[in-house]
Amino acid sequence: MSDHVTSAAPSASESAERESLPGAAENTGAAPGAKPYATYLLGLADDAMVYAQRLGEWMTNAPQIEEDMALGNIALDLLGQARGLYPYIGSIDGTGRGEDDYAMLRDERRWHNVHLVEQERGDFADEMARLLWFSAYQVELHTALTASADDVVAGVAGKALKEVRYHLDHASLWVVRLGDGTEESHRRMQAALEHVLPHLAELFDHDEASVLAADLEVGVLPSTLHDAVVARVARVVEQATLTLPDGSRWRSRGGRAGIHSRPMGSLLAEMQHIARSHPGATW
Amino acid sequence: MTVVAVGSALAEAISRIPDPEVPVISIADLGILRDVDVDEQAHTVAVTITPTYSGCPAMEAIASRIVFEAGRQGYAADVRTQLSPAWTTDWMSDAGREALRRFGIAPPGAVPTGEGKGPVAVTLSRHVVTCPLCGSTDTTEIAHFGSTACKALRRCNACLEPFDEFKAI
Repeated sequence: MSDHVTSAAPSASESAERESLPGAAENTGAAPGAKPYATYLLGLADDAMVYAQRLGEWMTNAPQIEEDMALGNIALDLLGQARGLYPYIGSIDGTGRGEDDYAMLRDERRWHNVHLVEQERGDFADEMARLLWFSAYQVELHTALTASADDVVAGVAGKALKEVRYHLDHASLWVVRLGDGTEESHRRMQAALEHVLPHLAELFDHDEASVLAADLEVGVLPSTLHDAVVARVARVVEQATLTLPDGSRWRSRGGRAGIHSRPMGSLLAEMQHIARSHPGATW
Repeated sequence: MTVVAVGSALAEAISRIPDPEVPVISIADLGILRDVDVDEQAHTVAVTITPTYSGCPAMEAIASRIVFEAGRQGYAADVRTQLSPAWTTDWMSDAGREALRRFGIAPPGAVPTGEGKGPVAVTLSRHVVTCPLCGSTDTTEIAHFGSTACKALRRCNACLEPFDEFKAI
């Protein structure tokens, strides 16, 4: 993110943001070129951005150097998907913000990602369980979005689809290898499927922004993706000799409206501190 | 496949710019240079490029190299990045594929069709990749991801050498 904005932009965007709460369509009908589905796109971009940050943490921490490379490359794809959306969102939400304004200068309450992607990384099996679910979700999401009425959204989705299919392959390989591996790897992979469970329902929740985007045929209703995503994951879990756990006693909610869980604050602190410590810095 | 009408020395120079991460192949042969529109009167050139992967870190280097090449010949360049239609390895030229092979990178095969509905990944590695060093088809994947987003890592079971494979997407 090299085209860092100067100090004037953040203050303008901060004041624009204060006028409306997240979760609703912000700045509806404001500036010329404004479109009412910016908040929906922010949810998509923020999921990719936050998960890119979490996956990046595996660099030098993965069980083998090939996995450092793999998870780093997957993070890079997701970062690219977010970068494909942020400047466009800035052009349609009436604020004119750039990618750094969104990624580096927004406070926690202004992020619209689901809780799944912000959770701490856990062990390698936990990450593979999360990657399996998230990439299965992204495959279905981007398949649907290639038919979006918005050409930019369809373009980003068409590009992303090729990438997330490969991510899904990668996660599937590991889930099968660990699940159908040793007694220990099987036990830990099964535990990982249970750890991720409370954060899945939120992927398929409706909110005002997604209903609006779906009405405009720009977005897709999250609930319509549910069955296909579960079917994809279930096939892998079965091949891995694992059991898909059903039901959780609690579930996350609220991420799309800017209500986040405890790990989100420290994630943002780490991700944003250089940009915030040196406003306008370039290299 | 080339969509670039090479009509001027400038368009020629731009099409020959090497990919920063795989410098044996030009951006035209790689298929990421989508259009070069030279305006001889205004001394401007509009260049359209497309990324191999969404997060490809080479895009900025490629854009600045295009601006540099244009500037050298007295033209102002406007470089646009286009996402759609999404880049596919099918756009790579035969010359580019041969250059990769000679460099020791297995060129991409045909893009798999009907993806996403079939069996899970474990069975996906049955596609045949020829060793760029000895020509054997007896090769296995070592890692799903290689030195850049566009490559995977393989090993030849005949000559035992590891090599990069350019992934078909």
